[in-house]
Amino acid sequence: MTVKYSKDHEWVTVENGIATIGITNHAQEQLGDVVFVELPAIGRKVEKDGDAAVVESVKAASEVYAPVSGEVVEVNKELEGDPAMVNRDAEGDAWFMKVKLANPSELDGLMDKAAYDAFVNG
Amino acid sequence: MTDSAPHRTALYDEHVRLGARMVPFAGYDMPVQYPTGILAEHNWTRENAGLFDVSHMGQCVISGPGFEAVAKAMEKLVPADILSLAPHQQRYSQLLSEEGGTLDDLMITRLAEDGTLYVVVNAGRKDHDYEWIERHLPRGVSLQVAGGLSLMALQGPKAEDVLAKHAPQLRALKFMHYADAEIAGIRVQVSRSGYTGEDGFELSVSNAEAAKLWTLLLSDPAVKPIGLGARDSLRLEGGLCLYGHELDETISPVEADLLWSIQKRRRSEGGFIGAARVQKELADGVSRKRVGIKPEGRAPARDGTVITDTAGRQIGTITSGGFGPTVGGPIAMGYVETQSSVPGISVHLVVRGTPMPAQIVKLPFIPNRFKR
Repeated sequence: MTVKYSKDHEWVTVENGIATIGITNHAQEQLGDVVFVELPAIGRKVEKDGDAAVVESVKAASEVYAPVSGEVVEVNKELEGDPAMVNRDAEGDAWFMKVKLANPSELDGLMDKAAYDAFVNG
Repeated sequence: MTDSAPHRTALYDEHVRLGARMVPFAGYDMPVQYPTGILAEHNWTRENAGLFDVSHMGQCVISGPGFEAVAKAMEKLVPADILSLAPHQQRYSQLLSEEGGTLDDLMITRLAEDGTLYVVVNAGRKDHDYEWIERHLPRGVSLQVAGGLSLMALQGPKAEDVLAKHAPQLRALKFMHYADAEIAGIRVQVSRSGYTGEDGFELSVSNAEAAKLWTLLLSDPAVKPIGLGARDSLRLEGGLCLYGHELDETISPVEADLLWSIQKRRRSEGGFIGAARVQKELADGVSRKRVGIKPEGRAPARDGTVITDTAGRQIGTITSGGFGPTVGGPIAMGYVETQSSVPGISVHLVVRGTPMPAQIVKLPFIPNRFKR
Protein backbone atom coordinates (compact mmCIF):
# COMPACT_ATOMS: atom_id res chain seq x y z
CA MET A 1 0.00 0.00 0.00
CA THR A 2 1.32 3.46 -0.88
CA VAL A 3 2.07 5.80 1.96
CA LYS A 4 1.74 9.55 1.42
CA TYR A 5 3.16 12.27 3.62
CA SER A 6 2.18 15.84 4.49
CA LYS A 7 4.40 18.84 5.20
CA ASP A 8 2.95 18.83 8.71
CA HIS A 9 4.49 15.38 9.27
CA GLU A 10 1.42 13.18 9.00
CA TRP A 11 1.31 9.97 7.00
CA VAL A 12 -1.71 8.55 5.25
CA THR A 13 -2.58 5.26 3.55
CA VAL A 14 -5.84 4.63 1.68
CA GLU A 15 -7.88 1.47 1.34
CA ASN A 16 -11.41 1.37 -0.16
CA GLY A 17 -11.82 5.12 0.22
CA ILE A 18 -10.82 5.10 3.92
CA ALA A 19 -7.64 6.97 4.86
CA THR A 20 -5.61 5.80 7.86
CA ILE A 21 -3.70 8.74 9.37
CA GLY A 22 -0.84 8.98 11.83
CA ILE A 23 2.24 11.09 12.58
CA THR A 24 5.59 10.27 11.02
CA ASN A 25 8.55 8.70 12.75
CA HIS A 26 10.42 11.98 12.22
CA ALA A 27 7.60 13.80 14.04
CA GLN A 28 7.70 11.49 17.06
CA GLU A 29 11.49 11.85 17.23
CA GLN A 30 11.12 15.62 17.30
CA LEU A 31 8.39 15.47 19.95
CA GLY A 32 10.21 13.15 22.31
CA ASP A 33 8.33 11.10 24.91
CA VAL A 34 4.62 11.26 24.09
CA VAL A 35 2.48 11.39 27.25
CA PHE A 36 -0.99 12.25 25.93
CA VAL A 37 -3.02 11.88 22.76
CA GLU A 38 -6.39 13.53 22.14
CA LEU A 39 -8.37 11.97 19.31
CA PRO A 40 -11.34 13.41 17.39
CA ALA A 41 -14.91 12.22 17.96
CA ILE A 42 -16.26 9.60 15.60
CA GLY A 43 -18.38 11.31 12.97
CA ARG A 44 -16.47 14.59 13.12
CA LYS A 45 -15.74 16.14 9.75
CA VAL A 46 -12.09 17.13 9.43
CA GLU A 47 -10.76 19.57 6.84
CA LYS A 48 -7.50 19.14 4.98
CA ASP A 49 -4.79 20.98 6.97
CA GLY A 50 -7.25 21.63 9.81
CA ASP A 51 -6.91 20.48 13.45
CA ALA A 52 -7.74 16.82 13.88
CA ALA A 53 -5.97 15.58 17.03
CA VAL A 54 -3.48 16.67 19.68
CA VAL A 55 -0.27 14.94 20.70
CA GLU A 56 1.60 16.04 23.82
CA SER A 57 5.13 15.32 24.90
CA VAL A 58 6.56 16.07 28.34
CA LYS A 59 7.51 19.51 27.03
CA ALA A 60 4.73 20.70 24.75
CA ALA A 61 1.42 20.16 23.00
CA SER A 62 1.31 19.84 19.21
CA GLU A 63 -1.62 19.81 16.82
CA VAL A 64 -2.07 16.92 14.44
CA TYR A 65 -3.52 18.22 11.17
CA ALA A 66 -5.70 16.22 8.81
CA PRO A 67 -3.73 15.62 5.60
CA VAL A 68 -7.05 14.99 3.81
CA SER A 69 -10.69 16.03 4.32
CA GLY A 70 -13.41 13.64 5.39
CA GLU A 71 -15.44 12.13 8.17
CA VAL A 72 -13.76 10.35 11.08
CA VAL A 73 -14.99 6.76 11.09
CA GLU A 74 -12.60 5.18 13.60
CA VAL A 75 -9.92 6.28 16.11
CA ASN A 76 -7.12 4.32 17.74
CA LYS A 77 -8.40 4.11 21.33
CA GLU A 78 -5.26 2.21 22.36
CA LEU A 79 -3.29 5.45 22.13
CA GLU A 80 -5.27 6.97 24.98
CA GLY A 81 -4.09 4.30 27.40
CA ASP A 82 -0.63 3.90 25.92
CA PRO A 83 0.47 7.18 24.32
CA ALA A 84 4.11 5.98 24.29
CA MET A 85 3.08 3.66 21.46
CA VAL A 86 3.54 6.73 19.24
CA ASN A 87 7.25 6.65 20.07
CA ARG A 88 7.52 2.91 19.54
CA ASP A 89 5.64 2.51 16.27
CA ALA A 90 4.57 5.87 14.82
CA GLU A 91 4.09 4.64 11.26
CA GLY A 92 2.52 1.30 12.22
CA ASP A 93 0.36 0.34 15.21
CA ALA A 94 0.21 3.92 16.48
CA TRP A 95 -2.14 5.25 13.78
CA PHE A 96 -4.44 8.03 15.03
CA MET A 97 -7.65 7.93 12.98
CA LYS A 98 -9.45 6.59 9.94
CA VAL A 99 -11.22 9.09 7.74
CA LYS A 100 -13.73 8.49 4.94
CA LEU A 101 -12.25 10.50 2.09
CA ALA A 102 -14.37 13.44 0.93
CA ASN A 103 -12.09 14.38 -1.93
CA PRO A 104 -9.65 11.66 -3.05
CA SER A 105 -7.84 14.10 -5.37
CA GLU A 106 -6.36 15.76 -2.25
CA LEU A 107 -4.00 12.80 -2.07
CA ASP A 108 -2.27 14.04 -5.21
CA GLY A 109 -0.93 17.05 -3.34
CA LEU A 110 0.86 14.91 -0.74
CA MET A 111 4.47 13.69 -0.90
CA ASP A 112 5.70 10.17 -1.54
CA LYS A 113 8.35 8.63 0.74
CA ALA A 114 11.31 9.90 -1.29
CA ALA A 115 9.93 13.43 -1.43
CA TYR A 116 9.12 13.44 2.32
CA ASP A 117 12.58 12.17 3.25
CA ALA A 118 14.11 14.90 1.13
CA PHE A 119 11.75 17.45 2.75
CA VAL A 120 12.80 16.36 6.26
CA ASN A 121 16.50 16.18 5.53
CA GLY A 122 16.59 19.26 3.31
CA MET B 1 21.75 39.03 23.74
CA THR B 2 19.12 37.05 21.84
CA ASP B 3 19.85 38.98 18.63
CA SER B 4 23.34 37.55 18.24
CA ALA B 5 24.50 33.97 17.91
CA PRO B 6 23.82 32.01 21.10
CA HIS B 7 26.60 31.67 23.65
CA ARG B 8 28.10 28.29 24.37
CA THR B 9 29.03 26.99 27.79
CA ALA B 10 32.43 25.40 28.35
CA LEU B 11 30.64 22.03 28.17
CA TYR B 12 29.10 22.58 24.72
CA ASP B 13 31.38 20.05 23.00
CA GLU B 14 30.58 17.47 25.69
CA HIS B 15 26.84 17.86 25.06
CA VAL B 16 27.30 17.47 21.32
CA ARG B 17 29.52 14.42 21.87
CA LEU B 18 26.79 12.88 24.07
CA GLY B 19 24.23 13.37 21.30
CA ALA B 20 22.23 16.09 23.06
CA ARG B 21 19.55 18.03 21.26
CA MET B 22 20.69 21.63 21.61
CA VAL B 23 18.15 24.45 21.83
CA PRO B 24 18.50 28.19 22.35
CA PHE B 25 17.69 29.10 25.96
CA ALA B 26 18.27 32.51 27.56
CA GLY B 27 20.88 33.37 24.95
CA TYR B 28 22.73 30.04 25.24
CA ASP B 29 22.77 26.87 23.19
CA MET B 30 21.73 24.36 25.86
CA PRO B 31 20.98 20.62 25.92
CA VAL B 32 17.21 20.10 26.23
CA GLN B 33 17.63 16.32 26.27
CA TYR B 34 20.12 13.55 25.56
CA PRO B 35 19.25 10.52 23.39
CA THR B 36 17.46 8.59 26.16
CA GLY B 37 14.83 11.33 26.41
CA ILE B 38 13.22 13.45 29.10
CA LEU B 39 11.23 10.67 30.85
CA ALA B 40 14.27 8.43 31.30
CA GLU B 41 16.41 11.39 32.43
CA HIS B 42 13.77 12.49 34.93
CA ASN B 43 13.41 9.02 36.40
CA TRP B 44 17.18 8.51 36.51
CA THR B 45 17.59 11.66 38.58
CA ARG B 46 14.90 10.56 41.05
CA GLU B 47 16.53 7.15 41.48
CA ASN B 48 20.26 7.69 40.91
CA ALA B 49 22.18 10.87 40.16
CA GLY B 50 21.72 13.32 37.28
CA LEU B 51 24.40 15.74 36.08
CA PHE B 52 23.20 19.10 34.72
CA ASP B 53 25.14 21.85 32.98
CA VAL B 54 23.77 25.09 34.43
CA SER B 55 26.70 27.26 33.39
CA HIS B 56 24.31 29.67 31.69
CA MET B 57 23.29 30.93 35.11
CA GLY B 58 24.95 34.09 36.41
CA GLN B 59 27.62 33.77 39.09
CA CYS B 60 28.92 36.88 40.83
CA VAL B 61 30.48 37.95 44.11
CA ILE B 62 29.63 40.97 46.20
CA SER B 63 32.36 42.22 48.47
CA GLY B 64 33.22 45.17 50.65
CA PRO B 65 35.04 46.27 53.78
CA GLY B 66 33.54 43.54 55.96
CA PHE B 67 30.65 41.14 56.33
CA GLU B 68 28.38 43.58 58.11
CA ALA B 69 28.76 46.23 55.41
CA VAL B 70 28.18 43.72 52.61
CA ALA B 71 25.23 42.04 54.36
CA LYS B 72 23.56 45.36 55.10
CA ALA B 73 23.99 46.41 51.47
CA MET B 74 22.44 43.13 50.31
CA GLU B 75 19.57 43.43 52.79
CA LYS B 76 18.54 46.62 50.96
CA LEU B 77 18.06 44.48 47.85
CA VAL B 78 16.46 41.28 49.14
CA PRO B 79 13.94 40.38 51.87
CA ALA B 80 16.03 37.50 53.28
CA ASP B 81 18.02 37.79 56.50
CA ILE B 82 21.61 38.13 55.31
CA LEU B 83 23.14 39.51 58.52
CA SER B 84 22.45 36.24 60.33
CA LEU B 85 24.14 34.09 57.67
CA ALA B 86 26.91 32.01 59.18
CA PRO B 87 30.08 31.60 57.12
CA HIS B 88 29.37 29.08 54.33
CA GLN B 89 25.61 29.29 54.82
CA GLN B 90 23.31 29.81 51.83
CA ARG B 91 19.87 31.35 51.46
CA TYR B 92 17.28 31.59 48.70
CA SER B 93 15.82 35.04 48.12
CA GLN B 94 14.39 37.46 45.56
CA LEU B 95 15.26 40.83 44.09
CA LEU B 96 12.17 43.01 44.40
CA SER B 97 11.17 46.16 42.54
CA GLU B 98 10.14 49.34 44.37
CA GLU B 99 6.55 48.15 43.82
CA GLY B 100 7.30 44.80 45.46
CA GLY B 101 7.18 42.69 42.29
CA THR B 102 9.85 40.07 41.71
CA LEU B 103 12.76 41.04 39.44
CA ASP B 104 14.50 37.70 39.86
CA ASP B 105 15.08 34.94 42.38
CA LEU B 106 18.58 34.05 43.48
CA MET B 107 20.84 32.10 45.81
CA ILE B 108 23.08 33.98 48.22
CA THR B 109 26.02 32.33 49.99
CA ARG B 110 28.31 33.83 52.61
CA LEU B 111 31.71 32.61 51.53
CA ALA B 112 33.90 33.07 54.58
CA GLU B 113 34.68 35.14 57.63
CA ASP B 114 35.58 38.19 55.53
CA GLY B 115 31.99 38.20 54.38
CA THR B 116 32.11 38.05 50.61
CA LEU B 117 28.74 36.96 49.21
CA TYR B 118 28.56 34.54 46.30
CA VAL B 119 25.36 35.06 44.33
CA VAL B 120 23.78 32.93 41.59
CA VAL B 121 21.05 34.46 39.42
CA ASN B 122 18.95 33.27 36.49
CA ALA B 123 20.54 33.17 33.04
CA GLY B 124 17.87 35.27 31.36
CA ARG B 125 18.08 37.95 34.05
CA LYS B 126 21.78 38.25 34.76
CA ASP B 127 22.52 41.43 32.79
CA HIS B 128 19.49 43.09 34.36
CA ASP B 129 20.36 41.83 37.85
CA TYR B 130 24.02 42.90 37.76
CA GLU B 131 23.01 46.39 36.67
CA TRP B 132 20.24 46.57 39.31
CA ILE B 133 22.44 45.32 42.13
CA GLU B 134 25.36 47.60 41.22
CA ARG B 135 23.07 50.60 41.00
CA HIS B 136 21.85 49.98 44.57
CA LEU B 137 25.13 49.11 46.29
CA PRO B 138 26.61 51.78 48.57
CA ARG B 139 30.10 53.17 48.04
CA GLY B 140 32.71 50.62 49.06
CA VAL B 141 30.62 47.55 48.30
CA SER B 142 30.93 46.19 44.78
CA LEU B 143 29.81 43.40 42.50
CA GLN B 144 32.24 41.38 40.41
CA VAL B 145 30.91 39.06 37.74
CA ALA B 146 32.59 35.70 38.24
CA GLY B 147 33.51 35.25 34.60
CA GLY B 148 35.38 32.15 33.60
CA LEU B 149 33.32 29.91 35.85
CA SER B 150 31.11 26.97 34.91
CA LEU B 151 28.31 25.61 37.07
CA MET B 152 27.00 22.08 37.15
CA ALA B 153 24.46 20.37 39.36
CA LEU B 154 24.65 16.78 40.58
CA GLN B 155 21.19 15.82 41.83
CA GLY B 156 19.53 12.70 43.14
CA PRO B 157 19.67 10.17 45.97
CA LYS B 158 23.09 8.85 44.85
CA ALA B 159 24.69 12.29 44.43
CA GLU B 160 26.25 12.15 47.90
CA ASP B 161 27.80 8.72 47.32
CA VAL B 162 29.22 9.85 43.99
CA LEU B 163 30.89 12.96 45.38
CA ALA B 164 32.03 11.25 48.57
CA LYS B 165 34.22 8.91 46.53
CA HIS B 166 36.30 11.96 45.63
CA ALA B 167 35.73 14.17 48.65
CA PRO B 168 34.43 12.18 51.67
CA GLN B 169 33.97 15.31 53.78
CA LEU B 170 31.11 16.41 51.50
CA ARG B 171 28.85 13.79 53.10
CA ALA B 172 28.68 16.04 56.14
CA LEU B 173 27.84 19.17 54.14
CA LYS B 174 24.39 20.35 55.21
CA PHE B 175 21.53 21.47 52.95
CA MET B 176 21.95 25.13 51.94
CA HIS B 177 25.62 25.16 52.95
CA TYR B 178 28.82 25.63 51.00
CA ALA B 179 32.31 24.14 51.06
CA ASP B 180 35.54 24.38 49.10
CA ALA B 181 36.63 20.97 47.91
CA GLU B 182 39.12 19.29 45.64
CA ILE B 183 37.91 16.57 43.32
CA ALA B 184 40.66 14.70 41.48
CA GLY B 185 42.88 17.73 41.82
CA ILE B 186 40.20 20.13 40.54
CA ARG B 187 39.26 23.03 42.80
CA VAL B 188 35.47 23.04 43.17
CA GLN B 189 33.14 25.32 45.11
CA VAL B 190 30.34 23.08 46.30
CA SER B 191 26.94 23.95 47.70
CA ARG B 192 24.34 21.47 48.85
CA SER B 193 21.32 22.73 46.95
CA GLY B 194 19.54 22.29 43.67
CA TYR B 195 16.39 22.56 41.66
CA THR B 196 14.94 19.06 41.52
CA GLY B 197 13.44 18.42 44.97
CA GLU B 198 16.18 15.82 45.49
CA ASP B 199 19.28 15.94 47.64
CA GLY B 200 22.12 17.24 45.55
CA PHE B 201 25.00 19.61 44.97
CA GLU B 202 25.90 22.54 42.76
CA LEU B 203 29.52 22.64 41.66
CA SER B 204 31.23 25.81 40.53
CA VAL B 205 34.47 25.20 38.67
CA SER B 206 36.76 27.08 36.30
CA ASN B 207 35.84 26.84 32.62
CA ALA B 208 39.29 25.37 31.99
CA GLU B 209 38.55 22.36 34.21
CA ALA B 210 34.80 22.05 33.64
CA ALA B 211 34.99 19.34 30.98
CA LYS B 212 37.43 17.34 33.12
CA LEU B 213 35.07 17.41 36.13
CA TRP B 214 32.01 16.69 33.94
CA THR B 215 33.70 13.67 32.35
CA LEU B 216 34.96 12.39 35.69
CA LEU B 217 31.50 12.56 37.28
CA LEU B 218 29.88 10.95 34.23
CA SER B 219 32.31 8.05 34.45
CA ASP B 220 30.49 6.95 37.61
CA PRO B 221 27.85 4.36 36.65
CA ALA B 222 25.32 6.11 38.93
CA VAL B 223 25.54 9.34 36.93
CA LYS B 224 23.89 10.32 33.63
CA PRO B 225 23.67 13.69 31.89
CA ILE B 226 20.30 15.42 32.22
CA GLY B 227 18.97 18.20 30.00
CA LEU B 228 16.77 21.23 30.56
CA GLY B 229 13.61 19.26 29.71
CA ALA B 230 13.91 16.99 32.72
CA ARG B 231 15.19 19.89 34.82
CA ASP B 232 11.83 21.53 34.21
CA SER B 233 9.69 18.44 34.98
CA LEU B 234 11.76 17.75 38.12
CA ARG B 235 11.40 21.29 39.47
CA LEU B 236 7.68 21.34 38.64
CA GLU B 237 7.10 18.16 40.65
CA GLY B 238 9.23 19.73 43.38
CA GLY B 239 6.90 22.76 43.46
CA LEU B 240 9.80 25.12 42.71
CA CYS B 241 9.29 28.50 41.02
CA LEU B 242 10.64 29.27 37.55
CA TYR B 243 11.30 32.94 36.85
CA GLY B 244 9.08 34.17 34.02
CA HIS B 245 6.40 31.69 35.03
CA GLU B 246 5.65 31.58 38.76
CA LEU B 247 7.60 34.79 39.35
CA ASP B 248 7.64 38.05 37.45
CA GLU B 249 7.58 41.81 38.02
CA THR B 250 3.89 41.76 38.97
CA ILE B 251 4.15 38.93 41.52
CA SER B 252 5.24 39.43 45.13
CA PRO B 253 6.99 36.73 47.17
CA VAL B 254 3.94 36.65 49.47
CA GLU B 255 1.65 35.79 46.55
CA ALA B 256 4.22 33.23 45.41
CA ASP B 257 3.98 31.52 48.82
CA LEU B 258 7.67 32.17 49.47
CA LEU B 259 7.17 33.60 52.95
CA TRP B 260 9.47 30.88 54.32
CA SER B 261 12.31 32.69 52.54
CA ILE B 262 11.63 35.97 54.40
CA GLN B 263 12.93 35.55 57.93
CA LYS B 264 11.06 37.04 60.89
CA ARG B 265 13.29 40.04 61.53
CA ARG B 266 12.98 41.17 57.92
CA ARG B 267 9.20 40.82 57.94
CA SER B 268 8.84 43.17 60.90
CA GLU B 269 11.74 45.52 60.20
CA GLY B 270 11.37 45.80 56.44
CA GLY B 271 14.10 48.05 55.07
CA PHE B 272 14.39 46.34 51.69
CA ILE B 273 13.26 47.58 48.29
CA GLY B 274 9.63 46.50 47.86
CA ALA B 275 9.04 46.15 51.62
CA ALA B 276 5.94 48.36 51.62
CA ARG B 277 3.98 45.88 49.50
CA VAL B 278 5.31 42.81 51.29
CA GLN B 279 4.47 44.22 54.73
CA LYS B 280 1.03 45.35 53.59
CA GLU B 281 0.32 41.88 52.19
CA LEU B 282 1.54 40.29 55.41
CA ALA B 283 -0.92 42.43 57.35
CA ASP B 284 -3.91 42.40 54.99
CA GLY B 285 -3.44 39.20 52.99
CA VAL B 286 -3.11 38.75 49.23
CA SER B 287 -5.79 38.53 46.56
CA ARG B 288 -4.10 35.69 44.65
CA LYS B 289 -1.81 32.85 45.63
CA ARG B 290 0.45 30.30 43.98
CA VAL B 291 -1.00 26.78 44.17
CA GLY B 292 -0.48 23.27 42.90
CA ILE B 293 -3.08 21.96 40.48
CA LYS B 294 -3.80 18.34 39.64
CA PRO B 295 -5.90 17.72 36.51
CA GLU B 296 -8.21 14.74 37.02
CA GLY B 297 -7.85 13.44 33.46
CA ARG B 298 -4.75 12.66 31.41
CA ALA B 299 -4.54 15.92 29.45
CA PRO B 300 -1.73 18.27 30.52
CA ALA B 301 -2.76 21.91 30.97
CA ARG B 302 0.03 24.22 29.84
CA ASP B 303 1.27 27.67 30.85
CA GLY B 304 -1.46 30.24 30.15
CA THR B 305 -4.41 27.88 30.64
CA VAL B 306 -7.39 29.66 32.22
CA ILE B 307 -8.54 28.33 35.61
CA THR B 308 -12.25 28.76 36.41
CA ASP B 309 -14.47 27.78 39.31
CA THR B 310 -16.92 24.95 38.64
CA ALA B 311 -19.47 27.56 37.52
CA GLY B 312 -17.11 28.81 34.79
CA ARG B 313 -15.95 32.12 36.29
CA GLN B 314 -12.22 32.73 35.78
CA ILE B 315 -10.34 32.57 39.08
CA GLY B 316 -6.77 32.28 37.82
CA THR B 317 -4.20 31.13 35.29
CA ILE B 318 -1.71 28.30 35.03
CA THR B 319 1.94 29.43 35.01
CA SER B 320 3.66 26.04 34.48
CA GLY B 321 1.98 22.85 33.41
CA GLY B 322 2.96 19.56 31.95
CA PHE B 323 3.44 15.92 32.70
CA GLY B 324 4.99 14.75 35.94
CA PRO B 325 6.84 11.50 35.25
CA THR B 326 7.16 10.53 38.93
CA VAL B 327 3.56 11.57 39.65
CA GLY B 328 2.56 9.60 36.55
CA GLY B 329 0.17 12.20 35.22
CA PRO B 330 -0.39 15.83 34.41
CA ILE B 331 0.51 18.48 37.02
CA ALA B 332 0.55 22.26 37.09
CA MET B 333 1.21 25.35 39.16
CA GLY B 334 -0.62 28.62 38.84
CA TYR B 335 -2.23 31.55 40.58
CA VAL B 336 -5.82 31.57 41.84
CA GLU B 337 -7.90 33.95 43.95
CA THR B 338 -6.94 33.43 47.60
CA GLN B 339 -10.38 32.13 48.62
CA SER B 340 -9.96 29.34 46.04
CA SER B 341 -6.39 28.47 46.98
CA VAL B 342 -7.28 25.83 49.56
CA PRO B 343 -6.16 22.25 48.76
CA GLY B 344 -9.11 20.05 47.85
CA ILE B 345 -11.10 22.73 46.02
CA SER B 346 -12.44 21.62 42.63
CA VAL B 347 -11.71 23.86 39.65
CA HIS B 348 -11.88 23.67 35.87
CA LEU B 349 -9.01 24.14 33.44
CA VAL B 350 -10.02 25.38 30.01
CA VAL B 351 -7.96 23.22 27.66
CA ARG B 352 -8.61 23.81 23.94
CA GLY B 353 -11.96 25.37 24.79
CA THR B 354 -13.15 22.51 26.98
CA PRO B 355 -13.42 22.78 30.79
CA MET B 356 -11.46 19.91 32.37
CA PRO B 357 -11.94 19.02 36.04
CA ALA B 358 -8.94 19.54 38.34
CA GLN B 359 -8.17 20.00 42.01
CA ILE B 360 -6.12 22.48 43.99
CA VAL B 361 -3.42 20.45 45.77
CA LYS B 362 -0.65 21.03 48.26
CA LEU B 363 2.87 21.60 46.90
CA PRO B 364 5.23 19.91 46.26
CA PHE B 365 3.76 17.07 44.19
CA ILE B 366 6.41 14.71 45.50
CA PRO B 367 8.00 15.11 48.92
CA ASN B 368 11.31 16.97 48.88
CA ARG B 369 14.29 14.85 49.89
CA PHE B 370 16.67 17.60 50.93
CA LYS B 371 19.37 16.59 53.39
CA ARG B 372 18.59 18.79 56.37
